[in-house]
Amino acid sequence: MRFESPRSVEEAVTALAGQTGAHVLAGGTDLLVRLRAEMVEPELVVDIKRIPGLREIVAEDGGWRIGAAVSGAELGEHEGLRRDWPGVVEAAELIGSTQVQGRATLAGNLCNASPAADSVPAMVAAGAVARIVGPQGTRDLPVIDVPQGPGKTALERGEFIASILLPARGSRSSDAYLRFIPRTEMDIAVVGCGVSLSLDEEGRVSAARVVLGAVGPKVMLVEAAAEAIKRRVLDEAALNDLAAACSRAATPIDDKRGTVDFRRHVAGVLARRAAVIAEARAKGEQA
Amino acid sequence: MSRIHVTTKINGDETEFLCDAEATLLDVLRDELGLTGTKEGCGTGDCGACSVTVDGRLVCSCLMLGAEAEGRQITTIEGMAEGEVLHPLQKKFIEMAALQCGICTPGILVAAKSLLERNPDPSEVEVRYWLAGNLCRCTGYDKIIRAVMDTAADMRRAS
Repeated sequence: MRFESPRSVEEAVTALAGQTGAHVLAGGTDLLVRLRAEMVEPELVVDIKRIPGLREIVAEDGGWRIGAAVSGAELGEHEGLRRDWPGVVEAAELIGSTQVQGRATLAGNLCNASPAADSVPAMVAAGAVARIVGPQGTRDLPVIDVPQGPGKTALERGEFIASILLPARGSRSSDAYLRFIPRTEMDIAVVGCGVSLSLDEEGRVSAARVVLGAVGPKVMLVEAAAEAIKRRVLDEAALNDLAAACSRAATPIDDKRGTVDFRRHVAGVLARRAAVIAEARAKGEQA
Repeated sequence: MSRIHVTTKINGDETEFLCDAEATLLDVLRDELGLTGTKEGCGTGDCGACSVTVDGRLVCSCLMLGAEAEGRQITTIEGMAEGEVLHPLQKKFIEMAALQCGICTPGILVAAKSLLERNPDPSEVEVRYWLAGNLCRCTGYDKIIRAVMDTAADMRRAS
């Protein structure tokens, strides 16, 4: 194995495109585990952390552009991000331990393409867009289109994610992410749910994105769930409809961590709880 | 394959080493540099026994390549005491017997020190969450948590 730490995007793309099976290294919290287990045996590992800008969070068009090598801990320390996208930050902070938080990245969580990735439903709810660089230049791809199935992404040879854009947060809007795990910490989601919503002046939902994780081969935007609460105040009836839509949409597997029925039920429960938190945040309340 | 030449700072000392591309920082610390205070537990980032700080950030040294250490500042358990003078956390762990077999102890001390540098007055819940990535199979954690809380209180009084 060779190791390179290029100082520019162009150098990194050239290195990655020039070597079959080259791997990108950002936080390394997934890659190093796979290296050790010999699940991957790359000829080349390209560390992207020394490329200028990739460890920065910068304001862009009212939103935030997050470099691909920014760690979860750095996200959690960024006041602007916490204010605008608390759901994305809380989802990222659920990944692993303090030690893992010191290295793990949003882009890595996305490219690992686990159906249970915590930050991905929150990013999809936020309408996040990945900026992909590669031999053909730069392209922007909505985060929802990056995972193609367990362990598979839409990235072509030589491409990598350089940054992720969280768009401008409108007024009376917020987001939340919840997951279910059998423990209190350090576990993989049995079900995850991200909700991002906006309220009109009367407190009715004017826009919503409801997203489930870990209940299908990839992250799932549940449009029927958003439709179920649009133009409604989030009363008990609306929340019941939201939960029912999520339970219907979920297509989970049965395994030792949860049965199909349990996961479907939990998908609805988490959606209603996350929506209530997002609503409170959108109204400027602490939640 | 030629080995990679890395220049870094470990516990304040300029350090150079050669490593293979595959070598983790943990491999380098233990096998190249003889800094065996940092322990290998799981090797997959689950147990925290290999905790060190890199540029002030707590990480698992098993989840980082040695080659990534170029130009970084690394602190290990060997950098915790000042000469013969133990850090307050180290003293308290001995006094309160907050360890049994001791394999997890260096990682827990490095992690706890990193917490108290950021938050000198953590709640018990904050201590438990911060140390959730440091597994101990002997103590049941209670003495560890109490030792960290007690040290934090002592350090606040002393400052």
